Amino acid sequence: MNFRIVSALVWRYLFLYTRTPMRLVELVFWPMVDLLVWGYLTLFIQENAGHSLPYPIAYLLGGIVLWDVLFRAQQGVAVSFLEDVWTRNLLNVFVAPVRTSEYVVATFGVGIMRILVTVSMMLLVAFMLYQFNVFTMGWALLPFFLNLLLCGWSLGMISTALILRWGQAAESLAWAVPFFIQPFVAVFYPIGSIKPEWIQYFALAMPPTHVFEGMREVMKTGTFNMHHFFWASVLNVIFLAASAWIFSSTLAATRRRGLLTKFATQ
Amino acid sequence: MPDDPPIVLTAQNLTREFDGVKALDGFSFNLHRGEILGLLGANGAGKTTAMNMLLGLTTPTAGTIQVFGKELQQHRVEVLSRMNFSSAYTSLPGNLRVWQNLRVFARIYGVPEPKKRIAELLDLLEIGYLHDRVTGQLSAGESTRVNLCKALLNKPDLLLLDEPTASLDPDIADKVRKFVRRMQKEHNIAILYTSHNMRDIEEVCDRVIFLHKGRVVAEGTPEEIVNRSEQASLEDVFIKIARSGEVEE
Repeated sequence: MNFRIVSALVWRYLFLYTRTPMRLVELVFWPMVDLLVWGYLTLFIQENAGHSLPYPIAYLLGGIVLWDVLFRAQQGVAVSFLEDVWTRNLLNVFVAPVRTSEYVVATFGVGIMRILVTVSMMLLVAFMLYQFNVFTMGWALLPFFLNLLLCGWSLGMISTALILRWGQAAESLAWAVPFFIQPFVAVFYPIGSIKPEWIQYFALAMPPTHVFEGMREVMKTGTFNMHHFFWASVLNVIFLAASAWIFSSTLAATRRRGLLTKFATQ
Repeated sequence: MPDDPPIVLTAQNLTREFDGVKALDGFSFNLHRGEILGLLGANGAGKTTAMNMLLGLTTPTAGTIQVFGKELQQHRVEVLSRMNFSSAYTSLPGNLRVWQNLRVFARIYGVPEPKKRIAELLDLLEIGYLHDRVTGQLSAGESTRVNLCKALLNKPDLLLLDEPTASLDPDIADKVRKFVRRMQKEHNIAILYTSHNMRDIEEVCDRVIFLHKGRVVAEGTPEEIVNRSEQASLEDVFIKIARSGEVEE
């Protein structure tokens, strides 16, 4: 791993973002819309349901903010790859002395930067409008954040592999893949609400489910559940290894089938 | 021959099949240091497939590629750091400024004193005025020369140029040809050059290989091939090969 090359690739994305203010729409606008719409809806429900719904605003806003950590990490990988496709620069990168691992690590770095921008904005607005302070979760926030970051990277590599496999026509998968799992990973509701019950086994096999369950437990009882943390971490290691394998074998297959250049110049 | 310059690139029996159809069939050649080798053929002859395999973008079905005496597949990163590539069909990110694109690639290739090297190359190509311009707003000629700048950043020992004069006006195409020749003479770079423009080939290439349906059908200097085929020009040879697959009457 050559960090000079990784930093050069990260640099390129930084140049790209600073040169294209419209990218802010994606980084700031849509997350803000989510935060405002769901935040106001929850306030309305809370006012009308009185105390029968405990912690709804905190659950929902916590879910929105932490989901965005996963989503931005996934986007960092998948959309960075698409940026190279859209600018017809992919070939220049693949014929340069860049290892696949260096390319992927650079997109991980871009994911972290995207998260910092989006989540900081969301936290600020959530605090100002709803007095929601995510930092009341204390140090528990760090393992939640890291686990969602890892899961986002895994989903990013899987999205990129799918785009490599099916070509540019499948580029909408870069946005869709995280939402394939969103209904089943208990982002906004407890796992017990997922029906039929057998889907809960599937949900428990997903790392984010443990993060969101853990988040709600911290908010409700102030206790950090080590069981959920353990399973989120173990599953993430498995997911990360599997998605890295899927990505590298898809890339190798794309080279074998001679599709990389068609893909890069279409 | 003992006086031959060292071999930079060796392709042996390169074969590539797509769905049972051979795009390249037993293609072998050597490229020596300081030599410009033209790869010619009609559309579908196998030039692009060969180029892609030489760049490590496509895996050969059979055959081997050695660059600087090393297997390309096994020493990809090491080999690519001493090579570079420019094509009329790729571009640098259009929303970045020219200097930003070049700085990124200078860093990828580990170019010492990148600012100085970029300024030097832009001046050599007479495009110093493009330094701060947005890449996507350049003309075809300017864009080609910026791509050439990128391709020369790392002072490559082997340069692959895929139709570098495609869509250029005669004046700029002439400048590009002269520049390629100058680079080869001054820095002894080995260059593999593809083009559909026979004037390019006659002016630039020391030796050419004609491909037809994935196989080599003629090889030699442009003059040798024209004489052997009893055609009036290299362009006529090209047309004859494209239509009949044969060089000689």
